[in-house]
Amino acid sequence: MNRGEIAEGLRGGMLMSLSTSPFAILFGALAVDNGISVAEAALMSTTIYAGASQLVGIELFGSQVAAWLIVFSIFAVNFRHLLYSAAVSRLIPHFTPGQKILAFFLLIDPQFAEVARRADAGKTITFGWYLAFALAIYVPWIIFSVVGAAFGSLIGDPQVWAIDVLLPVYFLGITAGFRRKPGFYPVAATAFIVSIAAYFLVGSPWHVSIGAAFGVLVGALLPLPPPDAAKPAEAGH
Amino acid sequence: MDLSLDPTTTWIVLAAALATFATRIGGYVLIARFKTIPPRLEAALNAVPAAVLTTLFAPAFFTGGLDVKLAMAVGLLVSLRYPGIIGIAAGWAMAMVARHLLGL
Repeated sequence: MNRGEIAEGLRGGMLMSLSTSPFAILFGALAVDNGISVAEAALMSTTIYAGASQLVGIELFGSQVAAWLIVFSIFAVNFRHLLYSAAVSRLIPHFTPGQKILAFFLLIDPQFAEVARRADAGKTITFGWYLAFALAIYVPWIIFSVVGAAFGSLIGDPQVWAIDVLLPVYFLGITAGFRRKPGFYPVAATAFIVSIAAYFLVGSPWHVSIGAAFGVLVGALLPLPPPDAAKPAEAGH
Repeated sequence: MDLSLDPTTTWIVLAAALATFATRIGGYVLIARFKTIPPRLEAALNAVPAAVLTTLFAPAFFTGGLDVKLAMAVGLLVSLRYPGIIGIAAGWAMAMVARHLLGL
C-alpha cells in the first residue's frame, strides 16, 4: 500500500468533510428534534451513512408510518447508488472481495464523484487512496452527527452561514469537470430538465432517480463513439 | 445526552442500512454477470456521473433565490480553472456576500 496514495486520500477526504460535516450536524439536530435519541442518530449515521435518506428516515420516524414503508423510502432515496456501484465496479477489478464489500459500503455521492474524476484523469484507483478518502469523510460524519444531536439547538438557521449552498456548488463543479466526456451535454441537459420536472411533478427525493434514469438512457442511446475515443477513459486500468 | 436505543427503531435502522447496502453493491452484482460489457451498457455506465450528479444540484439551482443562483454560477466559473475546494469556497463566499451585504 502506497503511503503517498493514503496521504492524498486523507487530504482529499478531509477537505470534502468540510462540506459534509455541517450536514451531519444538521442531521443530528433534526433527529433529536424529531424525538430520536443521540444513540439512535449515531447508529443511523454509522450503518446507513447516506445523508438525504437519513433525513427522510427521521421525518418518517416522527409520523405514524409503517416500518416497511420507512425502510422502502430509504431504499428508494438511495436507489441511485445502484448506478454508482455498476459504474465503479469497472474501476476496481483489482480489489479483493473483502475490499470490494468495504468499498461499496462507503460509496457515497462525493466518493463516487471523486472516484469517477480520478479514473477519468487516467489514474488507477488504489485501495489505499479509496479507503483513506472514504474514512476521512465517514468518521467525521459519525462524530458530527453526535455533536449535532447533543448541541444542535445551538446552531440556529443554516442559511445564515450559507451551509445550504455547499453541496449544490460542489456537485455542480464536479459535474462540469466531466464536460469533455462524449455525450456530456445531452446527458446532463436531460438529467437537468427531467429532474426539475420530476421535482415538481413527483416530488423529492424521486427526482434524483427519475432524472438520472433519463440521463443514462440518453447516454445509452446516443451514437456510440468510435472505439479509439473510448480508450483514454480506460487508461490506467 | 439520550443514549437509549428503542428496539423497534433499532430494527428499522438496521433494515434500512441493509437496504442501503443493497443499492451500493447491487450495481456490482448485476454487472458481474456480464463476461464482457455490451457497448450500449458501457455507454450507459459512462453517462452515470453526468446524469446522477446533475440531479443533485438541478432543483437547488432552479428553486433557489438569486443568492443561490449567483453562488452556484460563481462556484462553477471558479471550478473551471481551479481545484474543486476553491470553487466551493468561492461559491460559499458569494452566498455570504449576497445574503449579508447585498440583502438578497
